[in-house]
Amino acid sequence: MIRFDNVAKRYATGREGLAGASLHLAPGEMAFVTGHSGAGKSTLLKLIGLLERATRGQVWVNGRNLNKLRQRDVPYHRREVGMIFQDHRLLHGRTVFDNIALPLVVAGMGHQEIQRRVRAALDKVDLLGKERSHPVSLSGGEQQRVGIARALVSKPPVLLADEPTGNLDPELSREIMELFLQFNQVGVTMLIATHDVALVERLGKRIIQLREGRILHDTGAPA
Amino acid sequence: MTGKARRKAKQPGFRRNRNPVTWLLRHAQMALAALGRLAQQPLGTLMTAAVIGIAIALPSGLYLLVNNVRDLTGSWDGGSSISLFLNQSLSDQQARGVREVIARRDDVAEARLISRQQALKEFRQRSGFGEALDLLDHNPLPAVILVRPSRIASSALATERLAKTLEGFREIDLVRVDLQWVRRLEAITRTLERGILVLSGLLSAAVLLIVGNTIRLEIQNRHNEIEVVKLVGATDAFIRRPFLYEGVWYGLLGALIAILLVTAGLGLMQDPVQRLAGLYQSGFDLDILTSGALLTILTGGPLLGLLGAWLAVGRHLSRIQPE
Ligand SMILES: Nc1ncnc2c1ncn2[C@@H]1O[C@H](COP(=O)(O)OP(=O)(O)OP(=O)(O)O)[C@@H](O)[C@H]1O
Ligand SMILES: [Mg+2]
Repeated sequence: MIRFDNVAKRYATGREGLAGASLHLAPGEMAFVTGHSGAGKSTLLKLIGLLERATRGQVWVNGRNLNKLRQRDVPYHRREVGMIFQDHRLLHGRTVFDNIALPLVVAGMGHQEIQRRVRAALDKVDLLGKERSHPVSLSGGEQQRVGIARALVSKPPVLLADEPTGNLDPELSREIMELFLQFNQVGVTMLIATHDVALVERLGKRIIQLREGRILHDTGAPA
Repeated sequence: MTGKARRKAKQPGFRRNRNPVTWLLRHAQMALAALGRLAQQPLGTLMTAAVIGIAIALPSGLYLLVNNVRDLTGSWDGGSSISLFLNQSLSDQQARGVREVIARRDDVAEARLISRQQALKEFRQRSGFGEALDLLDHNPLPAVILVRPSRIASSALATERLAKTLEGFREIDLVRVDLQWVRRLEAITRTLERGILVLSGLLSAAVLLIVGNTIRLEIQNRHNEIEVVKLVGATDAFIRRPFLYEGVWYGLLGALIAILLVTAGLGLMQDPVQRLAGLYQSGFDLDILTSGALLTILTGGPLLGLLGAWLAVGRHLSRIQPE
Protein backbone atom coordinates (compact mmCIF):
# COMPACT_ATOMS: atom_id res chain seq x y z
CA MET A 1 0.00 0.00 0.00
CA ILE A 2 2.85 2.36 0.87
CA ARG A 3 6.35 1.94 -0.48
CA PHE A 4 9.44 4.11 -0.11
CA ASP A 5 12.40 3.39 -2.37
CA ASN A 6 15.50 5.13 -1.03
CA VAL A 7 13.56 8.36 -0.48
CA ALA A 8 15.26 11.60 0.48
CA LYS A 9 13.72 14.99 1.14
CA ARG A 10 15.96 18.02 1.15
CA TYR A 11 14.15 21.19 2.21
CA ALA A 12 14.78 24.54 0.58
CA THR A 13 16.93 25.44 3.57
CA GLY A 14 19.31 22.63 2.64
CA ARG A 15 18.27 20.51 5.61
CA GLU A 16 17.51 16.89 4.94
CA GLY A 17 14.20 15.81 6.51
CA LEU A 18 14.69 12.35 5.14
CA ALA A 19 18.03 11.00 3.92
CA GLY A 20 17.37 7.78 2.05
CA ALA A 21 14.62 5.67 3.56
CA SER A 22 13.13 2.46 2.19
CA LEU A 23 10.10 0.73 3.61
CA HIS A 24 7.00 -1.16 2.59
CA LEU A 25 3.61 -1.23 4.26
CA ALA A 26 1.20 -3.92 3.10
CA PRO A 27 -2.50 -3.10 2.73
CA GLY A 28 -4.18 -3.26 6.11
CA GLU A 29 -0.90 -3.02 7.97
CA MET A 30 -0.43 -0.74 10.97
CA ALA A 31 2.89 0.78 11.94
CA PHE A 32 4.27 3.45 14.26
CA VAL A 33 7.04 5.84 13.35
CA THR A 34 9.19 6.88 16.29
CA GLY A 35 12.35 8.84 16.78
CA HIS A 36 13.72 11.97 18.40
CA SER A 37 12.57 15.39 17.49
CA GLY A 38 13.87 16.24 14.05
CA ALA A 39 14.36 12.59 13.09
CA GLY A 40 12.08 12.99 10.08
CA LYS A 41 8.77 11.49 11.26
CA SER A 42 6.62 14.35 10.02
CA THR A 43 8.59 14.52 6.79
CA LEU A 44 7.84 10.87 6.12
CA LEU A 45 4.10 11.38 6.58
CA LYS A 46 4.08 14.59 4.55
CA LEU A 47 5.60 12.77 1.60
CA ILE A 48 2.77 10.25 1.71
CA GLY A 49 0.08 12.98 1.84
CA LEU A 50 1.95 14.97 -0.80
CA LEU A 51 2.34 17.96 1.51
CA GLU A 52 5.93 17.70 0.33
CA ARG A 53 7.47 15.99 -2.65
CA ALA A 54 10.50 13.71 -2.49
CA THR A 55 13.72 15.17 -3.83
CA ARG A 56 15.20 11.71 -4.41
CA GLY A 57 13.85 8.16 -4.64
CA GLN A 58 10.31 7.05 -5.25
CA VAL A 59 7.18 7.05 -3.13
CA TRP A 60 4.32 4.70 -4.00
CA VAL A 61 0.88 4.92 -2.43
CA ASN A 62 -2.12 2.82 -3.37
CA GLY A 63 -0.44 1.62 -6.57
CA ARG A 64 0.53 5.08 -7.78
CA ASN A 65 3.96 6.58 -8.11
CA LEU A 66 3.63 9.94 -6.37
CA ASN A 67 6.64 11.34 -8.21
CA LYS A 68 4.67 11.08 -11.41
CA LEU A 69 1.42 12.43 -10.03
CA ARG A 70 0.42 15.67 -11.72
CA GLN A 71 -0.33 18.64 -9.51
CA ARG A 72 -3.99 18.65 -10.50
CA ASP A 73 -4.34 15.05 -9.32
CA VAL A 74 -3.00 15.84 -5.85
CA PRO A 75 -6.48 16.62 -4.42
CA TYR A 76 -7.75 13.23 -5.59
CA HIS A 77 -4.75 11.55 -4.02
CA ARG A 78 -5.42 13.32 -0.71
CA ARG A 79 -8.97 11.99 -0.70
CA GLU A 80 -7.47 8.51 -0.41
CA VAL A 81 -5.20 9.49 2.45
CA GLY A 82 -6.83 10.60 5.70
CA MET A 83 -4.57 12.86 7.77
CA ILE A 84 -4.70 13.53 11.50
CA PHE A 85 -2.58 16.22 13.15
CA GLN A 86 -1.49 17.07 16.65
CA ASP A 87 -3.05 20.53 16.33
CA HIS A 88 -6.25 19.05 14.81
CA ARG A 89 -6.46 21.65 12.01
CA LEU A 90 -10.18 22.18 12.50
CA LEU A 91 -12.17 25.13 11.20
CA HIS A 92 -13.22 27.09 14.23
CA GLY A 93 -15.95 29.02 12.49
CA ARG A 94 -17.85 25.84 11.69
CA THR A 95 -19.71 23.24 13.66
CA VAL A 96 -18.36 19.79 14.45
CA PHE A 97 -20.72 18.37 11.84
CA ASP A 98 -19.49 20.74 9.12
CA ASN A 99 -15.88 20.04 10.00
CA ILE A 100 -16.34 16.31 9.66
CA ALA A 101 -18.41 16.70 6.47
CA LEU A 102 -15.69 18.75 4.78
CA PRO A 103 -13.93 15.90 2.89
CA LEU A 104 -17.29 14.69 1.58
CA VAL A 105 -18.45 18.16 0.53
CA VAL A 106 -15.15 18.69 -1.23
CA ALA A 107 -15.59 15.39 -3.06
CA GLY A 108 -19.03 16.45 -4.28
CA MET A 109 -21.07 13.93 -2.31
CA GLY A 110 -24.85 14.25 -2.03
CA HIS A 111 -26.54 15.73 0.99
CA GLN A 112 -28.17 12.56 2.33
CA GLU A 113 -25.07 10.44 1.96
CA ILE A 114 -23.12 13.10 3.85
CA GLN A 115 -25.64 13.08 6.70
CA ARG A 116 -25.42 9.32 6.96
CA ARG A 117 -21.65 9.11 6.82
CA VAL A 118 -20.97 11.96 9.24
CA ARG A 119 -23.31 10.41 11.76
CA ALA A 120 -21.53 7.07 11.39
CA ALA A 121 -18.17 8.77 11.89
CA LEU A 122 -19.45 10.67 14.93
CA ASP A 123 -20.64 7.40 16.36
CA LYS A 124 -17.26 5.75 15.84
CA VAL A 125 -15.40 8.47 17.76
CA ASP A 126 -18.18 8.65 20.35
CA LEU A 127 -19.17 12.25 19.68
CA LEU A 128 -22.86 11.84 18.79
CA GLY A 129 -24.68 14.77 20.34
CA LYS A 130 -21.80 17.17 19.81
CA GLU A 131 -22.39 17.75 16.12
CA ARG A 132 -23.88 21.24 16.59
CA SER A 133 -21.06 22.37 18.90
CA HIS A 134 -18.14 24.44 17.75
CA PRO A 135 -14.63 23.01 18.14
CA VAL A 136 -13.56 25.69 20.66
CA SER A 137 -16.21 24.50 23.09
CA LEU A 138 -14.72 21.00 23.10
CA SER A 139 -11.89 19.54 25.19
CA GLY A 140 -8.55 18.72 23.58
CA GLY A 141 -9.42 15.03 23.43
CA GLU A 142 -12.77 15.76 21.85
CA GLN A 143 -11.22 18.07 19.30
CA GLN A 144 -8.76 15.36 18.40
CA ARG A 145 -11.64 12.94 17.93
CA VAL A 146 -13.32 15.43 15.58
CA GLY A 147 -10.08 15.52 13.60
CA ILE A 148 -10.05 11.72 13.51
CA ALA A 149 -13.70 11.56 12.42
CA ARG A 150 -12.92 13.98 9.61
CA ALA A 151 -10.00 11.81 8.48
CA LEU A 152 -12.00 8.61 8.37
CA VAL A 153 -15.40 9.88 7.20
CA SER A 154 -14.54 9.37 3.53
CA LYS A 155 -13.29 5.85 4.29
CA PRO A 156 -9.80 6.37 2.87
CA PRO A 157 -7.68 3.23 2.48
CA VAL A 158 -4.77 4.98 4.21
CA LEU A 159 -4.82 6.91 7.47
CA LEU A 160 -1.86 8.98 8.68
CA ALA A 161 -1.54 10.50 12.13
CA ASP A 162 1.23 12.87 13.19
CA GLU A 163 1.55 12.78 16.99
CA PRO A 164 -2.18 12.42 17.49
CA THR A 165 -1.76 12.08 21.25
CA GLY A 166 0.93 14.71 21.69
CA ASN A 167 -1.20 16.96 23.87
CA LEU A 168 -3.33 14.36 25.60
CA ASP A 169 -3.02 12.69 29.00
CA PRO A 170 -2.12 8.96 29.10
CA GLU A 171 -5.73 7.91 29.62
CA LEU A 172 -6.96 9.79 26.51
CA SER A 173 -3.91 8.71 24.55
CA ARG A 174 -4.76 5.09 25.16
CA GLU A 175 -8.36 5.68 24.06
CA ILE A 176 -7.21 7.24 20.82
CA MET A 177 -4.84 4.38 20.15
CA GLU A 178 -7.67 1.92 20.82
CA LEU A 179 -9.67 3.75 18.19
CA PHE A 180 -6.83 3.38 15.69
CA LEU A 181 -6.57 -0.32 16.41
CA GLN A 182 -10.28 -0.63 15.64
CA PHE A 183 -9.90 1.15 12.31
CA ASN A 184 -6.99 -1.07 11.45
CA GLN A 185 -9.11 -4.12 12.19
CA VAL A 186 -11.52 -3.13 9.41
CA GLY A 187 -8.64 -2.98 6.94
CA VAL A 188 -7.36 0.60 6.98
CA THR A 189 -3.62 0.93 6.46
CA MET A 190 -2.31 3.09 9.29
CA LEU A 191 0.90 4.98 9.87
CA ILE A 192 1.24 6.90 13.11
CA ALA A 193 4.13 9.11 14.15
CA THR A 194 4.64 9.45 17.89
CA HIS A 195 7.11 10.16 20.67
CA ASP A 196 5.33 7.88 23.07
CA VAL A 197 7.50 4.78 22.74
CA ALA A 198 6.23 3.21 25.95
CA LEU A 199 2.60 3.31 24.82
CA VAL A 200 3.46 2.02 21.37
CA GLU A 201 5.55 -0.89 22.55
CA ARG A 202 2.67 -2.18 24.61
CA LEU A 203 0.47 -2.41 21.49
CA GLY A 204 2.78 -4.91 19.83
CA LYS A 205 2.53 -3.37 16.36
CA ARG A 206 5.28 -2.71 13.89
CA ILE A 207 7.63 0.13 14.87
CA ILE A 208 9.79 2.06 12.45
CA GLN A 209 12.46 3.99 14.30
CA LEU A 210 14.04 6.99 12.60
CA ARG A 211 17.19 8.90 13.37
CA GLU A 212 18.49 11.82 11.35
CA GLY A 213 16.35 10.96 8.38
CA ARG A 214 17.32 7.32 8.19
CA ILE A 215 15.59 4.17 9.35
CA LEU A 216 17.50 3.01 12.40
CA HIS A 217 15.34 0.04 13.16
CA ASP A 218 12.19 -1.48 11.68
CA THR A 219 10.50 -4.33 13.56
CA GLY A 220 8.50 -5.23 10.48
CA ALA A 221 11.23 -5.14 7.87
CA PRO A 222 11.78 -8.38 5.95
CA ALA A 223 14.77 -10.15 7.39
CA MET B 1 2.12 3.68 -27.81
CA THR B 2 3.49 7.04 -26.77
CA GLY B 3 5.43 7.46 -23.58
CA LYS B 4 2.66 9.51 -22.06
CA ALA B 5 0.00 6.91 -22.77
CA ARG B 6 2.17 4.17 -21.32
CA ARG B 7 2.63 6.11 -18.14
CA LYS B 8 -1.11 6.67 -17.88
CA ALA B 9 -1.75 2.98 -18.34
CA LYS B 10 0.69 2.12 -15.58
CA GLN B 11 -0.72 4.70 -13.17
CA PRO B 12 -4.25 3.81 -12.03
CA GLY B 13 -6.58 6.79 -12.52
CA PHE B 14 -8.73 8.49 -9.91
CA ARG B 15 -12.47 8.11 -9.71
CA ARG B 16 -14.08 11.49 -10.21
CA ASN B 17 -17.48 11.79 -8.69
CA ARG B 18 -19.63 14.06 -10.85
CA ASN B 19 -23.31 13.97 -10.08
CA PRO B 20 -24.70 16.96 -12.00
CA VAL B 21 -27.59 17.58 -9.61
CA THR B 22 -25.33 17.62 -6.58
CA TRP B 23 -22.89 19.79 -8.48
CA LEU B 24 -25.55 22.35 -9.35
CA LEU B 25 -26.85 22.33 -5.81
CA ARG B 26 -23.34 22.97 -4.50
CA HIS B 27 -22.97 25.88 -6.88
CA ALA B 28 -26.21 27.43 -5.68
CA GLN B 29 -25.13 26.87 -2.09
CA MET B 30 -21.74 28.45 -2.69
CA ALA B 31 -23.30 31.44 -4.43
CA LEU B 32 -25.63 32.01 -1.51
CA ALA B 33 -22.87 31.46 1.03
CA ALA B 34 -20.74 34.04 -0.77
CA LEU B 35 -23.62 36.52 -0.64
CA GLY B 36 -24.06 35.69 3.04
CA ARG B 37 -20.40 36.47 3.73
CA LEU B 38 -20.78 39.83 2.00
CA ALA B 39 -23.90 40.54 4.04
CA GLN B 40 -21.97 39.88 7.23
CA GLN B 41 -19.92 43.02 6.58
CA PRO B 42 -22.57 45.29 5.11
CA LEU B 43 -20.57 48.50 5.39
CA GLY B 44 -17.42 47.19 3.76
CA THR B 45 -19.43 45.46 1.05
CA LEU B 46 -21.48 48.56 0.37
CA MET B 47 -18.39 50.73 0.11
CA THR B 48 -16.70 48.40 -2.35
CA ALA B 49 -19.92 48.07 -4.34
CA ALA B 50 -20.39 51.86 -4.33
CA VAL B 51 -16.92 52.43 -5.75
CA ILE B 52 -17.65 49.87 -8.46
CA GLY B 53 -21.04 51.50 -9.02
CA ILE B 54 -19.54 54.94 -9.53
CA ALA B 55 -16.92 53.52 -11.86
CA ILE B 56 -19.64 51.94 -13.98
CA ALA B 57 -22.08 54.85 -13.71
CA LEU B 58 -19.67 57.44 -15.02
CA PRO B 59 -19.10 56.10 -18.54
CA SER B 60 -22.65 54.72 -18.74
CA GLY B 61 -24.18 58.07 -17.89
CA LEU B 62 -21.95 59.95 -20.30
CA TYR B 63 -22.68 57.45 -23.01
CA LEU B 64 -26.41 57.88 -22.58
CA LEU B 65 -26.01 61.64 -22.62
CA VAL B 66 -24.10 61.58 -25.88
CA ASN B 67 -26.65 59.19 -27.31
CA ASN B 68 -29.36 61.63 -26.38
CA VAL B 69 -27.50 64.51 -27.97
CA ARG B 70 -27.19 62.53 -31.17
CA ASP B 71 -30.91 61.89 -31.19
CA LEU B 72 -31.43 65.59 -30.63
CA THR B 73 -29.68 66.52 -33.86
CA GLY B 74 -32.50 64.85 -35.73
CA SER B 75 -35.23 66.75 -33.99
CA TRP B 76 -33.63 70.17 -34.05
CA ASP B 77 -34.80 72.50 -36.81
CA GLY B 78 -31.84 73.46 -38.88
CA GLY B 79 -30.01 70.27 -38.14
CA SER B 80 -29.28 69.96 -41.81
CA SER B 81 -31.07 71.39 -44.81
CA ILE B 82 -31.13 70.85 -48.54
CA SER B 83 -32.01 73.60 -51.03
CA LEU B 84 -33.43 72.43 -54.35
CA PHE B 85 -33.28 74.95 -57.21
CA LEU B 86 -36.01 74.08 -59.68
CA ASN B 87 -35.81 74.30 -63.42
CA GLN B 88 -36.88 77.76 -64.67
CA SER B 89 -39.25 76.29 -67.19
CA LEU B 90 -41.49 74.83 -64.50
CA SER B 91 -44.86 76.45 -63.90
CA ASP B 92 -45.98 77.27 -60.38
CA GLN B 93 -48.41 74.41 -60.63
CA GLN B 94 -45.64 71.97 -61.55
CA ALA B 95 -43.39 73.31 -58.79
CA ARG B 96 -46.10 72.65 -56.24
CA GLY B 97 -46.39 69.13 -57.60
CA VAL B 98 -42.70 68.51 -57.16
CA ARG B 99 -42.85 69.80 -53.58
CA GLU B 100 -45.68 67.45 -52.80
CA VAL B 101 -43.82 64.44 -54.17
CA ILE B 102 -40.77 65.31 -52.08
CA ALA B 103 -42.75 66.10 -48.94
CA ARG B 104 -44.33 62.67 -49.10
CA ARG B 105 -40.95 60.87 -48.79
CA ASP B 106 -40.35 59.41 -45.34
CA ASP B 107 -36.77 60.66 -45.22
CA VAL B 108 -38.12 64.18 -45.56
CA ALA B 109 -39.61 65.92 -42.56
CA GLU B 110 -40.61 69.10 -44.28
CA ALA B 111 -40.44 70.60 -47.75
CA ARG B 112 -41.22 74.30 -48.23
CA LEU B 113 -41.68 75.84 -51.64
CA ILE B 114 -40.49 79.37 -52.38
CA SER B 115 -42.05 80.28 -55.70
CA ARG B 116 -40.25 82.46 -58.25
CA GLN B 117 -42.38 85.48 -57.31
CA GLN B 118 -41.73 85.00 -53.62
CA ALA B 119 -38.06 84.61 -54.29
CA LEU B 120 -38.01 87.80 -56.23
CA LYS B 121 -39.86 89.66 -53.51
CA GLU B 122 -37.49 88.47 -50.83
CA PHE B 123 -34.50 89.30 -52.94
CA ARG B 124 -35.78 92.80 -53.53
CA GLN B 125 -36.34 93.38 -49.84
CA ARG B 126 -33.07 91.97 -48.68
CA SER B 127 -30.57 92.89 -51.29
CA GLY B 128 -31.51 96.45 -52.22
CA PHE B 129 -30.90 95.58 -55.86
CA GLY B 130 -34.58 96.03 -56.62
CA GLU B 131 -34.07 98.68 -59.33
CA ALA B 132 -31.46 96.59 -61.07
CA LEU B 133 -33.92 93.72 -61.29
CA ASP B 134 -36.51 96.02 -62.81
CA LEU B 135 -34.21 96.48 -65.77
CA LEU B 136 -34.52 92.82 -66.64
CA ASP B 137 -37.52 91.84 -68.64
CA HIS B 138 -38.03 88.57 -66.83
CA ASN B 139 -37.59 87.10 -63.31
CA PRO B 140 -34.10 85.52 -63.24
CA LEU B 141 -34.65 83.67 -59.96
CA PRO B 142 -35.62 79.99 -59.87
CA ALA B 143 -38.19 78.53 -57.51
CA VAL B 144 -36.62 76.87 -54.48
CA ILE B 145 -37.74 73.98 -52.30
CA LEU B 146 -36.21 73.94 -48.81
CA VAL B 147 -36.03 70.37 -47.55
CA ARG B 148 -35.49 69.37 -43.95
CA PRO B 149 -34.54 65.69 -43.70
CA SER B 150 -36.47 63.59 -41.21
CA ARG B 151 -34.86 61.76 -38.30
CA ILE B 152 -33.92 58.73 -40.33
CA ALA B 153 -31.93 60.89 -42.74
CA SER B 154 -30.49 63.27 -40.17
CA SER B 155 -26.89 62.02 -40.25
CA ALA B 156 -24.48 63.70 -42.65
CA LEU B 157 -24.20 60.55 -44.69
CA ALA B 158 -27.94 59.98 -44.97
CA THR B 159 -28.56 63.63 -45.82
CA GLU B 160 -26.04 63.40 -48.60
CA ARG B 161 -27.65 60.26 -49.88
CA LEU B 162 -31.00 62.04 -49.92
CA ALA B 163 -29.46 64.94 -51.81
CA LYS B 164 -28.04 62.54 -54.40
CA THR B 165 -31.47 61.04 -54.95
CA LEU B 166 -33.05 64.43 -55.37
CA GLU B 167 -30.38 65.43 -57.86
CA GLY B 168 -31.78 62.73 -60.11
CA PHE B 169 -35.08 64.57 -60.45
CA ARG B 170 -35.53 66.02 -63.93
CA GLU B 171 -37.28 69.11 -62.51
CA ILE B 172 -34.37 69.98 -60.25
CA ASP B 173 -31.43 71.89 -61.68
CA LEU B 174 -29.25 72.24 -58.63
CA VAL B 175 -29.07 70.72 -55.18
CA ARG B 176 -27.25 72.46 -52.38
CA VAL B 177 -26.68 70.72 -49.08
CA ASP B 178 -25.90 72.57 -45.89
CA LEU B 179 -24.17 70.08 -43.65
CA GLN B 180 -21.88 72.32 -41.61
CA TRP B 181 -23.79 72.03 -38.39
CA VAL B 182 -24.49 68.33 -38.69
CA ARG B 183 -20.88 67.58 -39.53
CA ARG B 184 -19.69 69.57 -36.57
CA LEU B 185 -22.09 67.87 -34.21
CA GLU B 186 -21.17 64.47 -35.52
CA ALA B 187 -17.51 65.20 -35.04
CA ILE B 188 -18.18 66.33 -31.50
CA THR B 189 -20.22 63.25 -30.62
CA ARG B 190 -17.61 61.01 -32.17
CA THR B 191 -14.89 62.64 -30.10
CA LEU B 192 -17.01 62.29 -26.99
CA GLU B 193 -17.70 58.66 -27.77
CA ARG B 194 -14.02 57.97 -28.14
CA GLY B 195 -13.38 59.74 -24.87
CA ILE B 196 -16.01 57.66 -23.18
CA LEU B 197 -14.47 54.51 -24.60
CA VAL B 198 -11.11 55.44 -23.12
CA LEU B 199 -12.78 56.34 -19.84
CA SER B 200 -14.66 53.03 -19.84
CA GLY B 201 -11.42 51.17 -20.34
CA LEU B 202 -9.72 52.98 -17.49
CA LEU B 203 -12.63 52.59 -15.11
CA SER B 204 -13.05 48.92 -16.02
CA ALA B 205 -9.43 48.45 -15.06
CA ALA B 206 -10.21 50.27 -11.82
CA VAL B 207 -13.10 47.88 -11.13
CA LEU B 208 -10.80 44.91 -11.78
CA LEU B 209 -8.28 46.31 -9.32
CA ILE B 210 -10.91 47.04 -6.67
CA VAL B 211 -12.48 43.60 -6.86
CA GLY B 212 -9.06 41.97 -7.15
CA ASN B 213 -7.79 43.70 -4.05
CA THR B 214 -10.94 42.95 -2.06
CA ILE B 215 -10.72 39.29 -3.00
CA ARG B 216 -7.01 39.23 -2.20
CA LEU B 217 -7.75 40.43 1.34
CA GLU B 218 -10.52 37.87 1.61
CA ILE B 219 -8.12 35.12 0.59
CA GLN B 220 -5.65 36.28 3.22
CA ASN B 221 -8.36 36.28 5.87
CA ARG B 222 -9.37 32.76 4.99
CA HIS B 223 -5.83 31.47 4.66
CA ASN B 224 -6.33 28.86 7.36
CA GLU B 225 -9.57 27.59 5.88
CA ILE B 226 -8.02 27.26 2.44
CA GLU B 227 -5.17 25.20 3.89
CA VAL B 228 -7.56 22.86 5.61
CA VAL B 229 -9.80 22.27 2.59
CA LYS B 230 -6.70 21.60 0.51
CA LEU B 231 -5.66 19.03 3.11
CA VAL B 232 -8.90 17.12 2.76
CA GLY B 233 -8.65 17.02 -1.01
CA ALA B 234 -10.34 20.11 -2.41
CA THR B 235 -9.50 20.84 -6.03
CA ASP B 236 -8.34 24.30 -7.04
CA ALA B 237 -11.64 24.79 -8.86
CA PHE B 238 -13.54 24.06 -5.66
CA ILE B 239 -11.46 26.50 -3.65
CA ARG B 240 -11.67 29.18 -6.31
CA ARG B 241 -15.44 29.06 -6.63
CA PRO B 242 -16.56 30.95 -3.51
CA PHE B 243 -14.18 33.78 -4.32
CA LEU B 244 -15.40 33.97 -7.90
CA TYR B 245 -18.96 34.14 -6.64
CA GLU B 246 -17.99 36.97 -4.33
CA GLY B 247 -16.52 38.80 -7.30
CA VAL B 248 -19.74 38.30 -9.25
CA TRP B 249 -21.84 39.59 -6.35
CA TYR B 250 -19.65 42.66 -5.97
CA GLY B 251 -20.03 43.30 -9.69
CA LEU B 252 -23.79 42.85 -9.58
CA LEU B 253 -24.20 45.11 -6.54
CA GLY B 254 -22.00 47.67 -8.26
CA ALA B 255 -24.12 47.43 -11.40
CA LEU B 256 -27.32 47.98 -9.42
CA ILE B 257 -25.81 51.01 -7.72
CA ALA B 258 -24.66 52.30 -11.11
CA ILE B 259 -28.20 52.01 -12.50
CA LEU B 260 -29.51 53.91 -9.50
CA LEU B 261 -26.91 56.64 -9.96
CA VAL B 262 -27.46 56.99 -13.69
CA THR B 263 -31.23 57.10 -13.31
CA ALA B 264 -30.97 59.73 -10.60
CA GLY B 265 -28.43 61.72 -12.62
CA LEU B 266 -30.51 61.72 -15.79
CA GLY B 267 -33.55 62.62 -13.73
CA LEU B 268 -31.77 65.68 -12.40
CA MET B 269 -30.86 66.74 -15.94
CA GLN B 270 -34.36 66.31 -17.32
CA ASP B 271 -35.51 69.85 -16.52
CA PRO B 272 -32.56 71.85 -17.84
CA VAL B 273 -32.39 69.69 -20.96
CA GLN B 274 -36.03 70.31 -21.70
CA ARG B 275 -35.48 74.04 -21.29
CA LEU B 276 -32.51 73.85 -23.61
CA ALA B 277 -34.51 71.90 -26.17
CA GLY B 278 -37.25 74.48 -25.87
CA LEU B 279 -34.83 77.16 -26.99
CA TYR B 280 -34.39 75.24 -30.22
CA GLN B 281 -38.15 74.98 -30.69
CA SER B 282 -38.07 71.31 -30.06
CA GLY B 283 -39.99 69.22 -27.59
CA PHE B 284 -37.56 66.67 -26.23
CA ASP B 285 -37.51 64.08 -23.49
CA LEU B 286 -34.22 62.79 -22.19
CA ASP B 287 -34.21 59.02 -22.63
CA ILE B 288 -33.83 57.16 -19.37
CA LEU B 289 -31.81 53.93 -19.45
CA THR B 290 -32.85 51.81 -22.39
CA SER B 291 -33.27 48.07 -21.93
CA GLY B 292 -30.09 47.54 -23.96
CA ALA B 293 -28.08 49.80 -21.66
CA LEU B 294 -29.59 48.10 -18.60
CA LEU B 295 -28.62 44.70 -19.94
CA THR B 296 -25.09 45.87 -20.70
CA ILE B 297 -24.60 47.22 -17.19
CA LEU B 298 -26.20 44.21 -15.53
CA THR B 299 -24.00 41.74 -17.39
CA GLY B 300 -20.89 43.90 -17.61
CA GLY B 301 -20.72 44.53 -13.85
CA PRO B 302 -20.78 40.88 -12.77
CA LEU B 303 -18.41 39.97 -15.61
CA LEU B 304 -15.89 42.55 -14.45
CA GLY B 305 -16.31 41.28 -10.89
CA LEU B 306 -15.72 37.72 -12.02
CA LEU B 307 -12.65 38.69 -13.98
CA GLY B 308 -11.20 40.73 -11.10
CA ALA B 309 -11.76 37.86 -8.68
CA TRP B 310 -10.27 35.41 -11.17
CA LEU B 311 -7.10 37.46 -11.49
CA ALA B 312 -6.72 37.73 -7.72
CA VAL B 313 -7.48 34.07 -7.11
CA GLY B 314 -5.05 32.94 -9.80
CA ARG B 315 -2.28 34.97 -8.25
CA HIS B 316 -2.83 34.30 -4.57
CA LEU B 317 -4.49 30.91 -4.16
CA SER B 318 -1.65 28.78 -5.46
CA ARG B 319 0.68 30.36 -2.89
CA ILE B 320 -1.29 28.80 -0.08
CA GLN B 321 -0.16 25.23 0.47
CA PRO B 322 -0.82 23.15 3.56
CA GLU B 323 2.13 21.93 5.55
N1 LIG C 1 9.53 23.09 6.10
C1 LIG C 1 10.80 22.81 6.47
N2 LIG C 1 11.79 23.57 6.00
C2 LIG C 1 13.07 23.31 6.34
N3 LIG C 1 13.43 22.30 7.12
C3 LIG C 1 12.48 21.50 7.63
C4 LIG C 1 11.11 21.71 7.32
N4 LIG C 1 10.39 20.77 7.94
C5 LIG C 1 11.27 20.01 8.61
N5 LIG C 1 12.52 20.44 8.44
C6 LIG C 1 13.73 19.82 8.98
O1 LIG C 1 13.75 18.46 8.62
C7 LIG C 1 14.15 17.67 9.71
C8 LIG C 1 13.09 16.64 10.04
O2 LIG C 1 11.92 17.33 10.47
P1 LIG C 1 10.59 16.59 10.85
O3 LIG C 1 9.55 17.63 11.09
O4 LIG C 1 10.30 15.55 9.86
O5 LIG C 1 10.97 15.91 12.23
P2 LIG C 1 10.08 15.14 13.27
O6 LIG C 1 10.67 13.83 13.46
O7 LIG C 1 8.66 15.22 12.87
O8 LIG C 1 10.29 16.04 14.56
P3 LIG C 1 9.27 16.34 15.75
O9 LIG C 1 9.24 15.14 16.62
O10 LIG C 1 9.87 17.51 16.44
O11 LIG C 1 7.97 16.66 15.13
C9 LIG C 1 14.44 18.63 10.84
O12 LIG C 1 15.82 18.86 10.89
C10 LIG C 1 13.70 19.89 10.46
O13 LIG C 1 14.41 21.03 10.92
MG1 LIG D 1 6.93 16.13 13.62
